[in-house]
Amino acid sequence: MSLFGFSLKPRRPKSAQMAKDRLQILLAHERGKGSTEPDYLPAMQNDILAVIRKYMKIEDNDVDIRMESKDDISSLEINIELPTHKSDAAGAKSGPKSAAR
Amino acid sequence: MTQLKEESARGRVIVITSGKGGVGKTTSAAAISAAIAKRGHKVVVIDFDVGLRNLDMIMGCERRVVFDFINVVQGDARLSQALIKDKRVETLSILPTSQTRDKDALTNEGVEKVLEELRDEFDYIICDSPAGIERGAQMAMYYADEAVVVTNPEVSSVRDSDRVLGLLASKTRRAEKGETPVKSQVLLTRHDQGRIDRGEMMTVEDVLELLAVPLLGIVPESPAVLRASNVGMPVVLDETPSSAAAAYEDAVARLLGEDVPMRIGTDKRPGLLGRFFGRSA
Repeated sequence: MSLFGFSLKPRRPKSAQMAKDRLQILLAHERGKGSTEPDYLPAMQNDILAVIRKYMKIEDNDVDIRMESKDDISSLEINIELPTHKSDAAGAKSGPKSAAR
Repeated sequence: MTQLKEESARGRVIVITSGKGGVGKTTSAAAISAAIAKRGHKVVVIDFDVGLRNLDMIMGCERRVVFDFINVVQGDARLSQALIKDKRVETLSILPTSQTRDKDALTNEGVEKVLEELRDEFDYIICDSPAGIERGAQMAMYYADEAVVVTNPEVSSVRDSDRVLGLLASKTRRAEKGETPVKSQVLLTRHDQGRIDRGEMMTVEDVLELLAVPLLGIVPESPAVLRASNVGMPVVLDETPSSAAAAYEDAVARLLGEDVPMRIGTDKRPGLLGRFFGRSA
């Protein structure tokens, strides 16, 4: 009986160890971001919108900004959905993609 | 050289901070202040939690507040009018905060002026920080020489402590002026050896490894803490000895430069009667 009880007992990892493991990964990630954490992205998005609006008519959600960090490369991707009006400047087709690295 | 001497004779500013709320900042600020003052040093403890005044209750002087920190910062009262002398420890004073909801009540210049004045008069200026990492918390740490980061062995508290340690290393006057960095130490509170033994709580070593800063002390979970706050008494002034009080006394000895071995105390086991009726705090 006790033998069964012992062998059937679920051997789940101790929760304290899980806490430590999760923190180790998270803190390494968050420290990496440090003070360059992109909390300026919303403000930058507004600035970019304002600049583009000087030349053409676009909606608030026509600009999409993403920042991604993989290993030691960070990429900033700015997608601007341009209006399809023929009369608009730059002869832009919809959705040109620009990526700055 | 003479300037250096004068500098060292002036009061040291120590911020008690944590990021996360409810980990024991105010309890620790009260206990640390009282323990330093008991040793004969002149100590003032300041409540930086504007709008949510609580240090006064923990210190048991809530009915003696007339003027507060904000009144002094804004020039509506003199510092001597706002300081409340503790009735139990002669060398201890409390500077309560206001209950105003105005977040901008504290200004950098105002806080600096008050702290400079306090540095002349007191040996230790203990700043009880609000939770969070916003203006109030940043103000409480900005002029600090040392920091005590109160941490529970629990994931959200450790994570927030890590953020706060980052801020202490970058967003303080010492950091901005390129002076010797703020000396940050961790005070581990609500430590529960039983739960550690069962693998339910991170160990002291785990937390230190994660945060990578020195340990100031280990305060065990103790019913004495709630009992002391119920009656408005810093836990170290309670006549009944407790593991928490002993831990704070040890931490303070280390803070003052003494070499005290780290120990994890336990409250006395309940006697026969206590065991019979169950453990109630």
